[in-house]
Amino acid sequence: MLKDNFIIRGIEFKSRFWIGTGKYKDFEETARVIEASGADVVTVAVRRVNIIDRNSPNLLDFIDPGKYKILPNTAGCYNVEDAVRYSRLAREAGVSDMIKLEVIGDEKTLFPDTIGLLKATEILAKEGFIVFPYTNDDPIMAKRLEDAGAAAVMPLGAPIGSGLGIRNPYNLKIILESAKVPVIVDAGVGIASDAAVAMELGCDAVLINTAVAGAKEPVLMAEAIKYAVWAGRLAYKAGRIPKKLYATASSPIEGML
Amino acid sequence: MKIKINGEELRTDRRVLSELLEELNIQPGRVAVEVNLKIIRKADYDTHPIMEGDNIEIVNFVGGG
Repeated sequence: MLKDNFIIRGIEFKSRFWIGTGKYKDFEETARVIEASGADVVTVAVRRVNIIDRNSPNLLDFIDPGKYKILPNTAGCYNVEDAVRYSRLAREAGVSDMIKLEVIGDEKTLFPDTIGLLKATEILAKEGFIVFPYTNDDPIMAKRLEDAGAAAVMPLGAPIGSGLGIRNPYNLKIILESAKVPVIVDAGVGIASDAAVAMELGCDAVLINTAVAGAKEPVLMAEAIKYAVWAGRLAYKAGRIPKKLYATASSPIEGML
Repeated sequence: MKIKINGEELRTDRRVLSELLEELNIQPGRVAVEVNLKIIRKADYDTHPIMEGDNIEIVNFVGGG
């Protein structure tokens, strides 16, 4: 499966493994990880320029915006006003109209404040943003976000950075059945097999940061997850067998002595 | 004149935003600038005046998930 592209709002996405750029040792490692992951979407955060040390390196010196799609996030925003402000700044910084919208409800869980998220999605969609809201694994909220103009929905598998994997595959399955927009799992993946589970369910892509950045060998983990995403996607397309309580023999009875 | 950039108080005699960015050695292509909570379009950097007491925020992209 060399080509399995998908399109959101006219933008062609070449990889179903989207990768975050937070928490790496340095920008060199970030670049090596992205290369190994095969991702073409990389997420970034919006923060103040360091005006004291003006010679500090810039992330975009290591990630070519011509080669990768830069997806800014609104991480750290706890209300609609901040999320909208950061989104507008991100767009003005000149990379794209895409925004991974986060309106966080609580510091301990980093669960989304879905009421604020819905409001911010409405505002930004009207302003022409391509909005990817980070949301709960809640099928009703996914529909609401879609109705509000989200270009895709990004339900969590588990809390950000928790590595707990896909905690509620049944809810994801319902989201996948009811959503008309693409579904991209964001947060919770701990290791390659978790990404495979998300893809086997039929998710369009997965976005992963901590599972890679926090691994002992981030480059190796990026490669492992790349294969897991492929494997999961192929398995989804192949179609799984139904689960049954009792055995069905694989070898014929006929011809036995 | 005294202005505030990213929370830091600074003195500058630059008259327009593009000159201020140059003084700070900041490439305009990779940042977004807000002056007193209003985003300034890149096309206006050459003409946007810097005023005493301006509160300026300059942001760029950093690693994030």
